[in-house]
Amino acid sequence: MTQRPNDSSREPLLEVRNLNTTFKTETGTVQAVRGVNWEIYPGEFLGVVGESGSGKSVTMASIMGLVPTPPGSVGADSVTFEGKDLLSLNERQMRRIRGHEISMIFQDPMTSFNPVHTIGNQISEAIRVHDSKMTRRAAKKRSIELLSLVGVPSPEVRFAQFPHEYSGGMRQRAMIAMAIANQPKLIIADEPTTALDVTIQAQILDVLNLIQEETDAATILITHDLGLIAEMSDRVLVMYAGKVVETATVFELFADPKHPYTLGLLASLPRLDSQLDSLLSIPGQPPSLITPPTGCSFHPRCDLTKGRSECRSELPVLVEASNGHHTACHFWDEMTEIAEVVTDTVGIDVRSSVET
Amino acid sequence: MTSTVDVSADDRMPLGEEMLRVEDLKVHFPVKSTVLRRKLGEVKAVDGIDLELAAGETLGLVGESGCGKSTTGQAILRLIEPTAGKVIFRGRDITAISRRQMSPLRREMQIVLQDPFASLDPRMTVRSIIAEPLKVHGVYTSGKDRRKRVDELLELVGLSSELGSRFPHEFSGGQRQRIGIARALALNPQLLILDEPVSALDVSIQAQIINLLEELQKEFSLAYLLIAHDLAVVKHICDRVAVMYLGKIVETGTRDEIYNDPTHPYTQALLSAVPTPDPAKRDDKTRILLEGDVPTPENPPSGCRFRTRCWKAQPECADEVPALIDREGLGHPSACLFPESIAAEDL
Repeated sequence: MTQRPNDSSREPLLEVRNLNTTFKTETGTVQAVRGVNWEIYPGEFLGVVGESGSGKSVTMASIMGLVPTPPGSVGADSVTFEGKDLLSLNERQMRRIRGHEISMIFQDPMTSFNPVHTIGNQISEAIRVHDSKMTRRAAKKRSIELLSLVGVPSPEVRFAQFPHEYSGGMRQRAMIAMAIANQPKLIIADEPTTALDVTIQAQILDVLNLIQEETDAATILITHDLGLIAEMSDRVLVMYAGKVVETATVFELFADPKHPYTLGLLASLPRLDSQLDSLLSIPGQPPSLITPPTGCSFHPRCDLTKGRSECRSELPVLVEASNGHHTACHFWDEMTEIAEVVTDTVGIDVRSSVET
Repeated sequence: MTSTVDVSADDRMPLGEEMLRVEDLKVHFPVKSTVLRRKLGEVKAVDGIDLELAAGETLGLVGESGCGKSTTGQAILRLIEPTAGKVIFRGRDITAISRRQMSPLRREMQIVLQDPFASLDPRMTVRSIIAEPLKVHGVYTSGKDRRKRVDELLELVGLSSELGSRFPHEFSGGQRQRIGIARALALNPQLLILDEPVSALDVSIQAQIINLLEELQKEFSLAYLLIAHDLAVVKHICDRVAVMYLGKIVETGTRDEIYNDPTHPYTQALLSAVPTPDPAKRDDKTRILLEGDVPTPENPPSGCRFRTRCWKAQPECADEVPALIDREGLGHPSACLFPESIAAEDL
């Protein structure tokens, strides 16, 4: 896999500016997404990594208009997809975008398919909803082609089967077939392989790579797995406590992480490619987003803080540390120092050895 | 020993001595028809496996969902009755003894489960959850001693003793797993069965629990049977590894033998399928893509169970069930008729 050039002269396909999403709950208002900015370019593979509650899924649901309001509430300066502001569209216009220009693949395909309709009918329907001229017969033919493309064996037979007759891996393939049915420009895959075994995951990743080559759609992969990020992405967003804390090309990010959280994740990871002396865990746990910490939300767990008041009082904004590499840390220029501490404890340099 | 047993004064096995041996363990579940409950067939969840575990050692049992690894763990504790085979704990076959005779042995073998929320009673305080095994086994007669032991356990797993009066829902996933571990340690066991102890946790929290388990093992010379699907976690913690597929062990050996020099095609495929968190290595990786899904254990393939997904399968694979032996002198047993060393770097 080669990296696609990140040509910044191109117009972004999707641009998100100052997105905020909150949920009202009995115990208070949860600030799930807190002012995130990012963009994805045509044909790009963007990895979004973060732990549970970091806001990665909610960000995507907000863009797609899938956050239930109330209790949710979504606000942004702008969410621009090919020149259209998605947040100003009404439900009818939004429905034309969803599943047609932007499609989604979810973690659990069992709950994403309707159990009382055949897989084939659901894919055909997805095609016909967005193309009124398509006949039933043509939609069936196209569905079978799609199933065959994603590697479902004997697609003619499988077309007429119900979701429960599919295994987990096959359902995820069918989900991907449905997602690409209308040649979307953007595919959002939210933990698409988390529920699957590792050998099945490998098959699905293969399909995802294949369809990106075939369709040249931009893809957003949301995952907690740094291994998947490293193998699949061109560029990465790291999210923590509802914010983007670091963004860079995948090679830059792994070779020279400039946010202590990113380095902390790498140091926590048991690996197959080296034998580690011990893992260096991040102390404590992610903060409550009802009352997020003041200043930098990572400061209570951070080794770089060293008690400095900036971390507690001043909100770090994303700054460009080097070309295309942004970090939201006051003291990112001290990262080398803590990387050495990590190397001493873990026994290897957890950073990638790639030349950047 | 009196009716009140002192947990500190038990006989710990010396490190390295055989603590647990499993011989030809089978667990078959009947498949019954919905109305008449006629027996239609059998799911052979575990179909004849052997394991050994020494005091202070960690054995990893890895495999994908449905391979029978959790069933094996539960059958060892007789939480599920084994269909056949022996489970020899400290020289005694515990499948042959009564439930009553089993009770004192349960103090020495405990289990930690994957989902710490589902395994903690939501209506009990953390203190009473951890104290429960002490009560059941009548370890302390005085409430004060019991209280002291619970405080000690909480501290041991890195929780402040003031948290004892809270309920499980007030804790995060990682903290709940600490509570589960404290409960399992209450009776000072020698063997812990860890069934996916970190797979529900986020990476940063997972590392905390792994480090805790490693510290506890050193401090109390615990033997661990770690049941997990995450090959990297198993590699980090385990001394020896057994790889399971459809109810059988397909390859077993030391950590280095399995990870550096796998000989069974299934182990090779598993290792090659794990994504590496280093983009510099992504282009020179050759991923072995297995075809299809795992067959149902109700009707497993004849001969070698892996043959339907194996790229090396030959006609004889359908006829002969390959024994778990070191056929070609490759250094460790592999249940493949055509084992081959592949260096880990080439996967």
